Amino acid sequence: MARITVTVDGMRFTHEVEPRTLLVHYLRETVGRTGTVVGCDSSNCGACTVLVDGESIKSCSVLAVQADGAEIETVEGLAAGDGTLHPVQQAFHEHHGLQCGYCTPGMLMRSVCLVRENPEPTEDEVREGLKGNMCRCTGYQGIVSAVMAYSQAARDEEVGR
Amino acid sequence: MSTAPDAPSAQDERTPEIGRARLRREDERALTGRTRWTDDMTLPGMLHLSVLRSPVAHASITELDTTEAARAPGVVGVWTGEDLPEQGAMPTAWTVSDDMRTPPYFPLSVGSVKHVGDIVAVVAATSKEAADDALELIDVDYDELPVVVDPMVAKQEGSPLVHPDLGTNVCATWGLDSVTLGTGGDAAAAIREAESDPDQVVVRRTLRQNRVTPAYIEPRSIVVDPTAEQVTMWSATQVPHIVRILMAMTQPIEEHELRVVAPDVGGGFGGKLQFTREEALVLLIARRLRLPCKYTESRSESMQSSHHARDQVQELTLAARRDGTITALDVDLTADMGAYLGILTAGIPLLGGFMFNGIYRIPAYSFHCTDVFTNKTMTDAYRGAGKPEATFGIERMMDELAVELDLDPIEVRRRNWIRPEEFPYATVAGLTYDSGNYDRATDKALAMFGYDELRAEQRRRREAQDPVQLGIGVCTFVELSGLAPSRVLGGLNYGSGGWEHSTIRMLPTGKVEVVAGTTSHGQGHATAFSQIVSDELGIPFEDIVLISGDTASAHKGMDTYGSRSLVVGGMAIVGAARKVVEKARPIAAHMLEASTDDLEFVGGKFSVKGTTSGVTIQEIMLSTWLAHDLPDGLEPNLDADYTFDPENFSYPTGTHLAAVEVDTQTGRVTVRDYVCVQDVGVLVNPMIVDGQVHGGLTQGIAQALYEEIQYSDEGQLTSGTLADYLVPAAPDVLRYRTDTTVTEATTNVLGVKAVGETGATAAPPAIVNGVLDALRPLGVTDITMPCTPSKVWTAIDDARRANKGQVTA
Ligand code: FES
Ligand code: FES
Repeated sequence: MARITVTVDGMRFTHEVEPRTLLVHYLRETVGRTGTVVGCDSSNCGACTVLVDGESIKSCSVLAVQADGAEIETVEGLAAGDGTLHPVQQAFHEHHGLQCGYCTPGMLMRSVCLVRENPEPTEDEVREGLKGNMCRCTGYQGIVSAVMAYSQAARDEEVGR
Repeated sequence: MSTAPDAPSAQDERTPEIGRARLRREDERALTGRTRWTDDMTLPGMLHLSVLRSPVAHASITELDTTEAARAPGVVGVWTGEDLPEQGAMPTAWTVSDDMRTPPYFPLSVGSVKHVGDIVAVVAATSKEAADDALELIDVDYDELPVVVDPMVAKQEGSPLVHPDLGTNVCATWGLDSVTLGTGGDAAAAIREAESDPDQVVVRRTLRQNRVTPAYIEPRSIVVDPTAEQVTMWSATQVPHIVRILMAMTQPIEEHELRVVAPDVGGGFGGKLQFTREEALVLLIARRLRLPCKYTESRSESMQSSHHARDQVQELTLAARRDGTITALDVDLTADMGAYLGILTAGIPLLGGFMFNGIYRIPAYSFHCTDVFTNKTMTDAYRGAGKPEATFGIERMMDELAVELDLDPIEVRRRNWIRPEEFPYATVAGLTYDSGNYDRATDKALAMFGYDELRAEQRRRREAQDPVQLGIGVCTFVELSGLAPSRVLGGLNYGSGGWEHSTIRMLPTGKVEVVAGTTSHGQGHATAFSQIVSDELGIPFEDIVLISGDTASAHKGMDTYGSRSLVVGGMAIVGAARKVVEKARPIAAHMLEASTDDLEFVGGKFSVKGTTSGVTIQEIMLSTWLAHDLPDGLEPNLDADYTFDPENFSYPTGTHLAAVEVDTQTGRVTVRDYVCVQDVGVLVNPMIVDGQVHGGLTQGIAQALYEEIQYSDEGQLTSGTLADYLVPAAPDVLRYRTDTTVTEATTNVLGVKAVGETGATAAPPAIVNGVLDALRPLGVTDITMPCTPSKVWTAIDDARRANKGQVTA
């Protein structure tokens, strides 16, 4: 067992974890944040994507112990405390970027990182940027539109400031 | 015509909800991570199950020793088939023919395994890790047996037998013939005649449907809590009602003892239309241990054991006159069942049998199908279920006919399709298409696509011998949706009705609960159904909530598959809503001191005709609950329920056009443009319709270009993870250009058709026709799906060699 301390969506947690525990299972089973989900066992689907110190990573591909000391952001921390949706969530809602919603947490977290890295992406760059995240329902069209709209909203926000 | 103004009548000031692209009310929970998937659940004392799956395709089990596993840390129990005598055989719901053979199929295999992933033991432990670890300690000796993976080989005499006791690999044979149906002539005779008639042509092709899998992203998961009076099962299923009844009919539990809940469920596409062995196992073990148990499949387990689909060999013969008019169609189908029969397995190819004629006037038709067992995972429903296979067959043949006659592929279709004035149209396969207008959708699609310009570009590229060739793929399709009239299903020996049920519960504060027997797993039922009820009752959208997916609250239903939620389930809701209005009418009359005949109900309000006085249905809800002053003898209750049994299927149609670029040096296929115009009748929520179309198209394109479940000759699954089974990601697909035309369905009051399966049905032939259209000048005449770069390149290379041979000869 190893002791780790992490911040998840602004809350600090200290836990004993088995060295073999994957970050996604730690988040789901120990921290109790079930918003982040598992879709595969080969790190292909991206459903488990979270932000670790601002970088989007597939939380099934790292161990919980590797996240010791890290700041982790999950889908559950995106919306404001009063429930106001984060602009990326709002964009997915308005552009029908989800159907069953299973891929959605990973898509949202990946999109946040993608737009941070490339604030003015083209449609092709959005598609490329999402290539590690699978969605079986939407055919990606709503998702791509949502990310384009979100990047625009994020730029407008910058300008407005 | 009178010029006198009509008496003033109640005006509906509401904007109709039907037709409005309302944003989905389902979204917020999913966007904020507050969904509840089955695997999210933890119950006090809950144990975790893992199952041991066969690594070999066919073997008898000579030894199975679980002693060591049972002693491993955290392990509570280990069971094999022999340790579980109470397990019942897994059911199949579709006995397609009297001679159909149903092999033994149990939650835990007894004595032998029939495919990679077959289940041989189950472990219960205090953690998933402990259960997984213990699997490694189970000792199994497999005595391997001969394997058969190719259905064409399997059906031959003397091939290895999947179930030796059955004495054959043929599961069932089934056919349709226009002579016996009385719908047309003798196809075999017509084809013979065409062969010796210089004015006719006969086109023969053997086409292959690749084996694919629904590949929902949420793995299946099951939790069973046996600790209350009713045992509760949560399952990531499309079909909680079907699971409950089949569990009760086959396993040691009574129907009233079991409640099945489908909480948030991801994807589906037919993949979660199954009563699974894992569901039975979790129930059996939880009841034995009297503790809650959970099982969640891994992705690799899902690839091995959740059902696959398609996997057919189609031998097609089409005869036509030289002007393009079809004279006969004969279909000889060999369909791979895999090793066992799931709920619908044997019925899937049969559904296709009704649709091989497509949208065309075909005077003679015969269809014969052989269902065959192989040492592979069973096949069952996947988006479209039988119809995409049939559509592929006929739409590929229409292109072959066009080539044979040197006609434009659109033109050859036009010369054969059913004309608008011919509806309702009785097809050669015995169905009645209620409505359709293929010209309208096709003309619109051709204009959007820029068909003529693209043909011109294609010519230029051909002449310039451009290494990247352009192909234009066409598919004009019709779907058979919304399973469907119970009488018809009975005639096909399908072990279920086709009705759907709804209850509308009118609450005293003016709010409404709509209880539906269908369950949503991404289709937006809560939004679309609320829109329908809002219009029917004149109650604000926000005042309506949907309850579904739980046999305790939605006690009757046939669940969600085959695009039946709107066209069948939606009509049950409409029926219930209209009953509510009729129940409210005498109360309104009493409140307004008027006669019921003088009342009209518009926009949620009963008014006395010609006056402005009225009472809203929401006011009536409160007065009914108070029941202080109701007409004599009236039940103080506005709730209503309705069971709708459709009189016909629903037939969405459309035209799909694909522009594909094929790099002749690498074999790479790129879809450059995709246009589809679909006619799905009245649109309830155009945004949801678009989403369904996009998702379906992507799956269809994936079948054509990327996806294939592959087995080695030894029956090893070589596409067992998402790393080698290529589900497309965002860069692999394009932005589709979609539009609709509206020809109302005449078989339901809303005029709606269905939409969920159309994209997956039409896209594969559109893409493959496009690839072949690009490559025909090089001598390529067929490529089997998926058209991967290596396959395309090989086809080009083979054609070049063959051509060279001819030139030098
Ligand atoms: S679960 Fe992490 S990539 Fe699939
Ligand atoms: S919305 Fe269902 S997998 Fe993406």
